[in-house]
Amino acid sequence: MIEIKNIHKGFGDKTVIEDVSAVLETGKCNLIIGASGSGKTVLMKCIVGLFEPDSGEIIYDDANFTTMSPEERKQIRQQIGMLFQGSALFDSMTVEQNVMFPLDMFTNLTGKQKHDKVNEVLERVNLTGSNNKYPAEISGGMKKRVGIARAIVLNPKFLFCDEPNSGLDPKTSLVIDKLIKEITTEYGMTTVVNTHDMNSVMEIGDNIIFMHQGRKEWEGTNNDIIFSKNEELNKFIFASEFLRDAKDMRMLEARGKISDNRNMDELLK
Amino acid sequence: MNFFTHLGRYLLMIKGMFSKPENHRLYWKELMHQCNEIGIRSVGIVVIISVFLGAVTTVQTAYQLITPLIPKTVIAVIVRDNIILELAPTLICVVLAGVVGSRIASELGNMRTSEQIDALEIMGINTKAYLIMPKILAALIVVPCLVVLAAVLGIWGGKIAGELSGILPSDIYNEGLLEDFIPYNVVFALSKTYTYAFIISSVPAYYGYHVQGGALEIGRASTTSVIISCILILLADYALAAILL
Repeated sequence: MIEIKNIHKGFGDKTVIEDVSAVLETGKCNLIIGASGSGKTVLMKCIVGLFEPDSGEIIYDDANFTTMSPEERKQIRQQIGMLFQGSALFDSMTVEQNVMFPLDMFTNLTGKQKHDKVNEVLERVNLTGSNNKYPAEISGGMKKRVGIARAIVLNPKFLFCDEPNSGLDPKTSLVIDKLIKEITTEYGMTTVVNTHDMNSVMEIGDNIIFMHQGRKEWEGTNNDIIFSKNEELNKFIFASEFLRDAKDMRMLEARGKISDNRNMDELLK
Repeated sequence: MNFFTHLGRYLLMIKGMFSKPENHRLYWKELMHQCNEIGIRSVGIVVIISVFLGAVTTVQTAYQLITPLIPKTVIAVIVRDNIILELAPTLICVVLAGVVGSRIASELGNMRTSEQIDALEIMGINTKAYLIMPKILAALIVVPCLVVLAAVLGIWGGKIAGELSGILPSDIYNEGLLEDFIPYNVVFALSKTYTYAFIISSVPAYYGYHVQGGALEIGRASTTSVIISCILILLADYALAAILL
């Protein structure tokens, strides 16, 4: 579990994060959503320690990350896996070398054990047989899966995904979302996903934090979103007419005004 | 950002490099990789430049020494001292600042903008120690070797040019090389080389490591690092000459 307490962060005179508190639960996909510039990436970078918050606390399983020495932080960081927006794969290394890198750096496993572990995680992300390809030779979706494989190869307790679906088509996005969800349950990790993808929100949002202008505007689950009366959240999530209609349909459905097993062909006649 | 901000961040970067390696084997591998990138990959350009430097110095020195009162061995003495004291260390390092410096700045800049440095940080790796330290150490190991190679080839180039153009026979050139040789000049040249090696690796590493933005900023960082390295080399050249000679 990760607990965020009253985080503030600014750059110069500009306040980017203002008094954000939240609890990111273990075994769940915790989503941080919000429009571009709402502060969600800065918040995530504060949580993982890439930015130092101006004030507030970040607590990883009862260990206060904000007051830790660099050496103590190293220990926590070895329990963190992160998938970056652009995958952040090492260009000069093959898929296998990328995934093996954390094993090389932090374990004393033999060559065979490392190969077995790499093959195991590559198989888990459905990338069997891609070991010798370079990042430049694989698609965006495959890069994301290699990024996930590298992030989970050390069996981390915490997984962070920064906009995992950016630049991907809707079908591939769903594959990545499903993979993140499955891995979270399988490995019992605390997963934090930073996204503004509506599909991700509805598919994997066990716990959703909506950021607006640097503040936590709303918190709930993917089921709560449909019925939320928060104006800013509705403006952000149901931005298009199509999505507003879909929301209305869901609400009518929930109130029993239309049946879930309605015959759409007849209704459309 | 003003000069003191840059200086402060540069010094913090240098300080941040000194930590216990997470894995000695991978650090060693990275050091060897950098020795290859900085040293072996620069051999070609160093060979070409140094041979021609020696050749041109011989021809131009002979052109200026028109009086028969000065023995021809003096040409070899001038070529030798010029190459050892100035041309091999300074000029070769200015060239390396361009070749090696721009590569270091763009490599680190690209790693920064594509979040590869963040990925390493998240894993708990000291990126300054893992990415910058091996580059500086590699430069301190291989740049002096390249400068010694450049000095030898420069002197040899002078000899070949003297002979081919009929200005100076080989035996007179060889005789001149042994005349009034001061071994301290080599020590001085190597002192300069170590200073320059540190400059041409650490300054581009600083600019590359702190890039913010995209491709345009990487290009700018690369150019700025080369310019600053060259200026610092020339300043250090004067300062060391004033102090050590």
